[in-house]
Amino acid sequence: MGIADTYSEGRRFVIDRPLALVVGLFGVLLIVDFVGGLATGRIAVSAVATLVWDGLMQGLVVGLAGIGLSMTYSILSFANFAHGDYITSGAFSGWAVTYLLAGLGRADIGSLLLVGAGGSVFGGALGIGATQTPIAIVGGLVIAGLFTVVLALAIDRLVYKPMRDQSGISLLIASVGVAFALRYLIAFVFTTENRGVTGAGGVPEIQGYLLDGFVAVSAHDATLLVIAVGLMAGVHGLLQRTKLGTAMRAMADNEDLAKVTGIPTERVVNATWVIGGALTGIAGYMFVLWKGTLGFNDGWLLLLLVFAAVILGGIGSVYGAILGGLIIGLTNSLSVLWIPSDFARAAAFLVMILVLLFRPEGLFSGRSTA
Amino acid sequence: MSADPNTTADDPNDPDTTTNAFASDGGANGSDAGGNRTSENRTSENRANENQAGDFLGRLFDRDITVILAVIGGIYFAYLITGLALGFEVRGLINVIARLTFLIGVFSMLALALNLHWGYTGLFNIGIAGFMAVGMYTMAMVSKPASTGGAAGVSGLGLPIWVGVVAGVAVAALLGLVVALPALRLRADYLAIVTIAMSEIVRFIYMSGQFQEFTVFGAELGTGGGSGLILNYGDPLTELLDFLALAGPYGGLVDLVGTIIPSNPKPVVDQFAYSALLMIAVAGFYWLLKRTGESPFGRVLKAIREDEDATGSLGKNTDLFKIKSFMLGCALMGLGGILWYMGQGALTPLSFKPKLTFFIWIALIIGGAGSNTGSVIGGAVFAAVLFEGPLYFRNLVVRVFPVGNAPNTFGEAFAALSTLDVVPLIAFTLDNMATLRLVIMGVVLVWIIQNRPEGLMGHRTEVASSIDLRRRPESRGTESTPRAAADGGTRDE
Repeated sequence: MGIADTYSEGRRFVIDRPLALVVGLFGVLLIVDFVGGLATGRIAVSAVATLVWDGLMQGLVVGLAGIGLSMTYSILSFANFAHGDYITSGAFSGWAVTYLLAGLGRADIGSLLLVGAGGSVFGGALGIGATQTPIAIVGGLVIAGLFTVVLALAIDRLVYKPMRDQSGISLLIASVGVAFALRYLIAFVFTTENRGVTGAGGVPEIQGYLLDGFVAVSAHDATLLVIAVGLMAGVHGLLQRTKLGTAMRAMADNEDLAKVTGIPTERVVNATWVIGGALTGIAGYMFVLWKGTLGFNDGWLLLLLVFAAVILGGIGSVYGAILGGLIIGLTNSLSVLWIPSDFARAAAFLVMILVLLFRPEGLFSGRSTA
Repeated sequence: MSADPNTTADDPNDPDTTTNAFASDGGANGSDAGGNRTSENRTSENRANENQAGDFLGRLFDRDITVILAVIGGIYFAYLITGLALGFEVRGLINVIARLTFLIGVFSMLALALNLHWGYTGLFNIGIAGFMAVGMYTMAMVSKPASTGGAAGVSGLGLPIWVGVVAGVAVAALLGLVVALPALRLRADYLAIVTIAMSEIVRFIYMSGQFQEFTVFGAELGTGGGSGLILNYGDPLTELLDFLALAGPYGGLVDLVGTIIPSNPKPVVDQFAYSALLMIAVAGFYWLLKRTGESPFGRVLKAIREDEDATGSLGKNTDLFKIKSFMLGCALMGLGGILWYMGQGALTPLSFKPKLTFFIWIALIIGGAGSNTGSVIGGAVFAAVLFEGPLYFRNLVVRVFPVGNAPNTFGEAFAALSTLDVVPLIAFTLDNMATLRLVIMGVVLVWIIQNRPEGLMGHRTEVASSIDLRRRPESRGTESTPRAAADGGTRDE
């Protein structure tokens, strides 16, 4: 390719996609600023490492919750706005059980099952934590997954199944209704207050020295890492190596054709809700364990980030959801290097909007459910 | 419900050449095809009144107004009767009606604006709260007087209120343009996600302490951050009355009401007058959108909704039409936001959560997307039944059966059930009606979208063409003639 070609191609790019050019230049500017900041010591390496670690943790939660959303989005072809409230439902059901297991005999069962609604029991007083009360945590985790599976299947049966032949937009609107009903039912039963759930003494953590400061990794970070990575690997294996994964990919591609081939589409849909629901519920539980507080709005506030991750990675792609989650998590936490933390979420949304504008098919386009 | 959809749907004059946006989204929708076939059978009847087109439109308009008035009248009647039966005082009753009118007004207005986006153009905008916030905040920042500190907080530009309103509407339209330019090419569900993300970004900006106070070209301004703004400009109602030189007669009205409500009648009359003005604004919105919908511009919008590619192939620059429609709708949403919050005394970003957007969507879906009359009725029914209804019902129940103090938590209420005592649970339910009504809204939304996706107004949608395409010359009017698909077919992709 001659210089003239390169030049004319470059010119065409500038004329055709001026916005892309601006965004690209802005990205380069940020990188230069970042490297310069590290070199001059304006940005501490350890501070960046802490932010990266924090972003990774957020990304794991978002990615884990995103797998379920991505699967239902591709197989049932609608954006499930109730997904955030599945996350919350998982968190509340799991934490009710954790409270019960950790506080049995120390407070009345009703208050424990309501996760201390109305200030009747305080999580701090029960001393809940991955190291202090591992059995309660594992119990809660399992119940969070199971409950969300049952909930997702029940809602599918009641709401989405009668609407299978309708457009994605009708289903989307129905899911908004489900989201309202779920979220405020949770608020009705568990109150709207935000409560701390983990032990008051703080979470045990390991500190490592990195060049110019300390980076801390807590026990809950480690728990989240192990569980999220384990589940992601498990789902990946399940979808890669079993017939179910093939059937899902076939359905996402063309439902009628899948039906003709003899794939029991309704069973595949149920399997999707089971896998997606379990991951979503566990993600909600782990999210609360990791951040230490629980509120009825948690999942809804996370939902747009999960959507961002799913769209970023490409709808239907499991890798995409994980990678998208990590990118969104890192954007969310690293953006504070440049902008006030008030706008961290705005930055993550902006990344999503940019992806929708420039690459609406996502980063892992065309690789459905694998 | 006084708005029986069947009476309108069965009317032979009913112009259902354009199918409803929702119904047409469904692709191969059985009921849709049925509707079209019956309309074809009706053609023969319609030929008789061929030269009555203008007259027909006039009657249609009359009937729409009648339906709206009947619904709103029915709502007032229900509220008044129950209030009177339970012996509410006059003052309380007037307050109830004024608040109801206010809510009907704002929800109808916003549902009408949304109808332009979704019902006419097929743009799935779920960022309404963001446009409202931008409109209202701009208005407040422009109209707030320059402050000297103190309780009134941050200062504004101190311009007259009408300048603020114009600025607010203009900025909302501009934000619409900024969102529309890149986003309108996206699929409906992606547009939805972009708009809701935009509305959240707007809310974060107003929440943030960064712009609490800032200076532009020497003028001090501010959003007030999380604590919001005190709206310490002159009372909009008083200013308007002064402008119209009606302050004198209004004072007389207040005195007149004073004979019924002796103590301090002014706030009651003020609230009522403001609500009444809102209804005039609703009429203005309705007229504007009806005119827009019937104009050549509106016909292109409907064509875009039904089939964008086909419209493009007819030489219409669909992007430009969509941008204009989006901007107009956003301007109206900004105005709706201003009219809602300008008289409230204070403004916080918490008023503009995504919840608000979905309220308006529910109102539109109840009424039926694609119909202006349906939007107004949807707004009224939503405000009266779903938004205010549960709270009013709670007040009534508490008045008739004093249930005593409600337990603090669901657990206590539930535990009482073991002794077969349902009173605590009922008391708890009533006490938390404000939360529970959102559950009810969600369930109603699911029910409607499953069972009646076309809303209360059924297949009552406007004709897309300026001449009635159902009236064809005799020679071509046989069953075998392919029907001119004025509705762009039943598929939407």
